[in-house]
Amino acid sequence: MRWWVLGVVCLLVLVGGVLIGPTAISVGEVWQAIAGRGDHATVGIVRDLRLTRALLAFAVGGSLAVTGAALQALVRNPLADPYLLGLSGGAGLGAVVAVSLGLTGAWALPMTAFVGSLLAIVVVYRLAIVAGQAIDPRVLLLGGVVVGAFAASLMGAFIALSPAAEVRGAMLWLLGGFSGASWTTLAVFALYAVTPLALLFAVGRSLDLLALGEEPARLLGADVERVKRTLYVAASLLTAAAVAVAGIIGFVGLVVPHAIRLTWGHTHRRLLPAAFLVGGCLLVVADALARTAFAPLELPVGVVTAVIGVPVFVTLLRGWQE
Amino acid sequence: MIFSADGLGYAYPRAAEEVVRDVSLNVGAGQVVVVVGPNGSGKTTLLRLLLGLVRPDRGVALLQGRPAHTWRRKDFARTVGVVAQREEPVFPLRVHEAVMHGRYARLGALRGPGSADHAAVHGALARCDVTHLATRWMSTLSGGEWQRVRVARALAQAPAALVLDEPTANLDVRHEMDVFELIVSLVREQGLGALVVTHHVNLAARFADVLVVMHRGRARAIGAPGDVLTREVVEEVFEWPMEVHAWRGIPQLTPLRIGEERT
Repeated sequence: MRWWVLGVVCLLVLVGGVLIGPTAISVGEVWQAIAGRGDHATVGIVRDLRLTRALLAFAVGGSLAVTGAALQALVRNPLADPYLLGLSGGAGLGAVVAVSLGLTGAWALPMTAFVGSLLAIVVVYRLAIVAGQAIDPRVLLLGGVVVGAFAASLMGAFIALSPAAEVRGAMLWLLGGFSGASWTTLAVFALYAVTPLALLFAVGRSLDLLALGEEPARLLGADVERVKRTLYVAASLLTAAAVAVAGIIGFVGLVVPHAIRLTWGHTHRRLLPAAFLVGGCLLVVADALARTAFAPLELPVGVVTAVIGVPVFVTLLRGWQE
Repeated sequence: MIFSADGLGYAYPRAAEEVVRDVSLNVGAGQVVVVVGPNGSGKTTLLRLLLGLVRPDRGVALLQGRPAHTWRRKDFARTVGVVAQREEPVFPLRVHEAVMHGRYARLGALRGPGSADHAAVHGALARCDVTHLATRWMSTLSGGEWQRVRVARALAQAPAALVLDEPTANLDVRHEMDVFELIVSLVREQGLGALVVTHHVNLAARFADVLVVMHRGRARAIGAPGDVLTREVVEEVFEWPMEVHAWRGIPQLTPLRIGEERT
C-alpha cells in the first residue's frame, strides 16, 4: 500500500516537473509531446528539455539519498551525507581538475570525479578511526567538512585560473544544477549509477548488521570487510556520477533517509528503495523551485537543498547531542 | 568437541607480554563451561581467540576441528550464537527485528525471510519468554529483558553452541539467576555447548560443568567446580583472603574483611 502511494506521488511529481516552466504547456500536450505528436517546438521543449531535466533530477536525487542512507550505516551516524562527509567535494574537485586540464569528455568525467570522491571517503574514514578502534563521530563530521572545504577552495582556484570554456558553468559545479540535462547526460548518469545502486540494494541486509557495529555484525555472520569495500566504492561512484552531471548538491542524503527512518523504520531493504524514490521526488521539486522562485533567473539547486537541509541538520545535531 | 583450544598464546601488537598464555580447554555438546578470573586475566581475549576474531600467535583455537579464524563468518554464525558484552545500535530497533538479525547467516543474499525464519524467531522469542516484548523498542527494555532478547537472537541462529560474555553484568540477583537458568536449560534441552565468561564465581560454581579459572593469561585451574575452587587457588588468583565453604557440596566463596578471623 505504502509503495503504491509512493509510486503515485513519484509519477505526479515527475509530471509536475515537466509541466512547470516558462512556456505554459498543458497535461494533454505533454502526453502528446512525449508520444511525439504536436507542434515541433513543444515536442522539443517537453522531450529534450523538461523531461530529461526532470528524469535526471529524479535519478540524481534518488542516488544521493541512497548514498546518504548507506553511508549512515557505514559510519554508524545518522548525520552522514555524501556532501557532509566530503565525497561530493572530492568528486567535484576531480571533475573540475579534469575539465580545466582538458582531459576528458562527458563519458569519462564521472571516472575522474570517482577518483576524487574515493580519495575523500578514504581520508575522512581513516581520520575518524581513532587509535585503530571505533569511529569518533565528531572527528568524522569535522574531517568531512574540512575535506569538503579544502576541495571547494581548490575547485575555486582551478575555476578562477582555467582558460577552458567548459568551466564557465562554475556555479554548476559548486552549487549544483540541472541546466546541462540532456539525453546524453542522462545516459552517462545511468551508465555509472546502475551498478553501484544494485550493489547497495544487494548489501541492504548487511547494512542492518553493520549499523550494530563491526564486531556484532561479524559475529552475526556479515563479511564486514567486503561490505565496507562495497560501500566505499558504490558510495563514491554514485556521488561521482551525480556530481559529474549536476554538480555538488548537499543535504539530500541527510534529509531523505531521516524522514524515511522516522516513518518506515530502519530496515535497509525497505529504506534504500524508499530513499531512492523520495530523494528523486525531493530533487525534482527542488529543481522546480530553483527554476521558478526568481524566474526568469535560476537559482542553483544546491541552494534550495541547503535551505531545506541545514535546519534539518541543526535539529538532528541537537537531538544527537542529548 | 565444539570448541577446542590447545596451547593458545596471544600478545597484542607492540605489547611485551602475552595476555593469553598456553591455554587449553574444550567445550563439548551439552556442556556448560564457565570462565572466571579477575579483571585483566585474559578472559575476553580468550573469547576473541575462540570466536576467530583474532588469530592466535601460538597454539590453535578450533571450532569443530577447524581453526576458528579461518571460518567464513557466515558459517561461523550458523554454528555459534554470541551474546557479547556490549552493543550500541545507532538506529532504534524493535525486538522482533533484532531477533531476526539472528537469521542473517541463514538467509539468501536477495530473498527475504521465509516462513522457516519467522518460525525460528517466534520459537526463540517464546523459549526465552519474551514474546510479549516482540513489538517493543530495544531501548525501552529493562536490563534483564534486554539480555533475554539477545539470548533469543543467538538462539534464532540455530547454533550448536552459545557464547556469552558477562551475561549478568548490571543485573540484580533475580535476573542473574534467571539468565543462568535459561542458559543451562537450553544446554540441557537442546544439547548445545555453552561457554560463559563471568565475574560471579559463586554463580559459576552453581551452574558450570567445567570451570576455568584464569590468572595472568593462564588457565590456573580447569575442572569440576568442587575440584577447582580450593582456598589456595582462589586466594592466589583473586589476591584476597577468602573462605571457601560448601553449600550442598558446591564450593562458595566468601571474601574476608580486613582483620577478620577465619571460622
